[in-house]
Amino acid sequence: MSDTHAQSAAFVRREMVPPAAPPPGEVGPLRWVRENLMSSWFNAILTVVSLYLIFMILSDILPWTLNGIWNAGSLSECREIRNARELESAACWAVINERWLQLLFGFYPTDDRLLASWFYAEELAAAGGMEAVFGLAADSTARIEFVGEMKRSLGNLTLFFFGYWRPLLALVLLVVAVAPVLYGSLPRKMLLFSLAYPFIAVFLLWGGSVWGPVTVAAGLVAAILVGRVVGGLWGMLIGLLSAIAAFLFIFFNPLGIIGVQGLFPILPHVVGMLDQIMPIGLPAIDSDDFGGFMLAIIIGTSGIVLSLPLGIVLALGRQSDMPLIRWICVSFIEVIRGVPLIVWLFTASLLLNYFLPPGTDFDLLLRVIIMVTLFASAYLAEVIRGGLAALPKGQYEAADSLGLDYWKSMQLVILPQALKISIPGIVNTFIGLFKDTTLVVFIGLRDPLGLTNAIRATGEWNGIYWELYIFVALLFFTFCFFMSRYSMYLERKLATDHR
Amino acid sequence: MKKSVFFGALAIAGLTAGVATAQSTLEQVQERGTLQCGSNEGLAGFAAPDANGNWEGFDVALCRAIATAVLGDPQAVEFVPLTSQTRFTALAAGEVDVLVRNSTWTFSRDTDLGLDFKGVNYYDGQAFMVRSDLGVSSALELDGATVCIQTGTTTELNLADFFRVNNMSYEPVPVATNAEGQQQYLAGACDVYTTDMSALAATRATFENVDEHVILPEIVSKEPLGPVVRHGDNEWGDIVGWTLMGLVAAEEFGVTSANVRELAEAPTDNPQLNRMLGTSGDFGPMIGLSNDWLVNVIAAVGNYGEIFEENIGENTPVGLARGLNALWTEGGLQYAMPFN
Repeated sequence: MSDTHAQSAAFVRREMVPPAAPPPGEVGPLRWVRENLMSSWFNAILTVVSLYLIFMILSDILPWTLNGIWNAGSLSECREIRNARELESAACWAVINERWLQLLFGFYPTDDRLLASWFYAEELAAAGGMEAVFGLAADSTARIEFVGEMKRSLGNLTLFFFGYWRPLLALVLLVVAVAPVLYGSLPRKMLLFSLAYPFIAVFLLWGGSVWGPVTVAAGLVAAILVGRVVGGLWGMLIGLLSAIAAFLFIFFNPLGIIGVQGLFPILPHVVGMLDQIMPIGLPAIDSDDFGGFMLAIIIGTSGIVLSLPLGIVLALGRQSDMPLIRWICVSFIEVIRGVPLIVWLFTASLLLNYFLPPGTDFDLLLRVIIMVTLFASAYLAEVIRGGLAALPKGQYEAADSLGLDYWKSMQLVILPQALKISIPGIVNTFIGLFKDTTLVVFIGLRDPLGLTNAIRATGEWNGIYWELYIFVALLFFTFCFFMSRYSMYLERKLATDHR
Repeated sequence: MKKSVFFGALAIAGLTAGVATAQSTLEQVQERGTLQCGSNEGLAGFAAPDANGNWEGFDVALCRAIATAVLGDPQAVEFVPLTSQTRFTALAAGEVDVLVRNSTWTFSRDTDLGLDFKGVNYYDGQAFMVRSDLGVSSALELDGATVCIQTGTTTELNLADFFRVNNMSYEPVPVATNAEGQQQYLAGACDVYTTDMSALAATRATFENVDEHVILPEIVSKEPLGPVVRHGDNEWGDIVGWTLMGLVAAEEFGVTSANVRELAEAPTDNPQLNRMLGTSGDFGPMIGLSNDWLVNVIAAVGNYGEIFEENIGENTPVGLARGLNALWTEGGLQYAMPFN
């Protein structure tokens, strides 16, 4: 057979033809451009117009941004430098350079004693030593002048790392505490630290005696233990009641109603005793001094952490078969959600004082955190209810048929699925909550936007806008972008349905 | 008691513990060790923080003066920033001891809101700023103009009144803050920007080309700005009012932060000055303070004129002339009641 072929065909290819290179227009970037940007004459025109627009915008913004002036003492100095360099427009980043610490931390005091003894020892000695400058009897005006002089000579970076070590350390530990919650691959023992973190953070940020947070933590543990022990002996209901009673006696004065004072609450007595035996602590700092981006993080993270469990409980309560619980949850959600957040904040800051006994000093920041938490939890409850409603009825019935009680079926079957479905909505609420923290400016807390106002009120920086707003926007964007990315990671990780 | 989150929560215990006994404001301030002063969130020349977070300004100085009078320490002040919407509620609710936030003394605020204005630390008035190339030289030529106006302030009402009385029309461009008004005016959204004269001068001073903008000569309203306290605690009101009087009187008698200690060492020829500075008489104890209260105040913050020159005077960026705020002896309105 091969012979016939040899005679009938003049040429027989014995090996494969090597693949030819594709035509120039069908490969690489050229093809990408043709397919994506110039697929038709109309799209080509659109591309050209868009490119022109982008060029126009960038040619305005980029020189302004990149030619920015970083070292100047005031806006008018900025303008002089710009004119001297013969630039048409230039950002005055000098305001950020001078005030970024204020935008981050507000008026949170720096650890001046530490700064003075580490970096400014000679001048401190010349001024008469630590007690002469920082002691109780020292002249406060002289101290403020000394501190101002010191801060000018140290520079912002030193101040950032050493002056603000308390909030910085709290932030670093926050990352450590949150990491095991966010990423399942980390050792589970780290969760113990996450539980302890709120108390550590309160101690670091507010200072005061170390025994305050320690005894509060111990009190909570004690109340739970009492409940466990009693509950083990006489049943769950009595256990729960005794835990509540223990909690009340430790933190409040339930006998105050019948006029007995002094004995309860137990907590302050213990704190006072421990303080006398072993006075350890950091200088106390008032909530009024908190400000800047730190405030947004404190309100945001506490709101997020506290509102999630509350939101889950509310969502379950709304679907409950018990009418009383359902009514309570429905009215709570509708009332809280039906009123703007700013109204709740005003309520917290102004109206609450009319109801509290005169002279009560109920921390404003705490009031705000409570209000923000309640507000976010009402929204979360609805988001999670959406997740619950999306589950097929068969899942509930399957959990029931396994003989699981209500809490177990929720914990093992229903909630893991419902929460997974709700992730985008939950994160959406969190991002909204985080940005809503800027609303506290209206009740007199110094959030980053409020601080831009204060900075603009100084003689040097009056009349500056974009630079400050851009800086604040970047800070918020960083955080919100991280949250959004994390939610996408979580969705991918938990994706089991192979859609 | 230390103020922390937990102890704040403990305060709820007060609810069950029953009503605490009411203290006078003076006692509260002395027990707390700091004065809570309601202040502006930021107004050029009147209240602004420097890079280290220390507040400076004309209103701030009055807060520091009151703190010095009561506590002997000009730094013992907590500045509580309040917006124009929340300021009076915050004062009435007891969130602050005194409000020094360029608030205009009006009938309804003094009576209906249950507040007491204790004097005037700055006589302000509403004015208009326009671009000089418009060729306008009087506010009466502003018929048909678009006007940037801050909502919710007394200036809004004054503007309407002024244009109605003079049979002119205008188109308002509402803005929320001075910063926004500044921006809108520069961007050309309105021909005219109107607000208090002091703020207008401070705003104009920040413009790149100051000469391209003029402030028209008409002052269309009275805006007496002063410290405010709650009705009902007259002793506290006396302290606030007479601290301000003391600052003005000090300028009148030539007492400055530099020479006050010297003058207070021994009685001088001026019997009123002696009573002020505590070298004769017992005027301090009459308002519950030490006899050298005013000496400390003037040594710490200076007299009225010094405060003015340092914060908003002609050598500062705000650059205001004394005008109405000169002493009565120099043709102004600042007049301290006698220390007799």
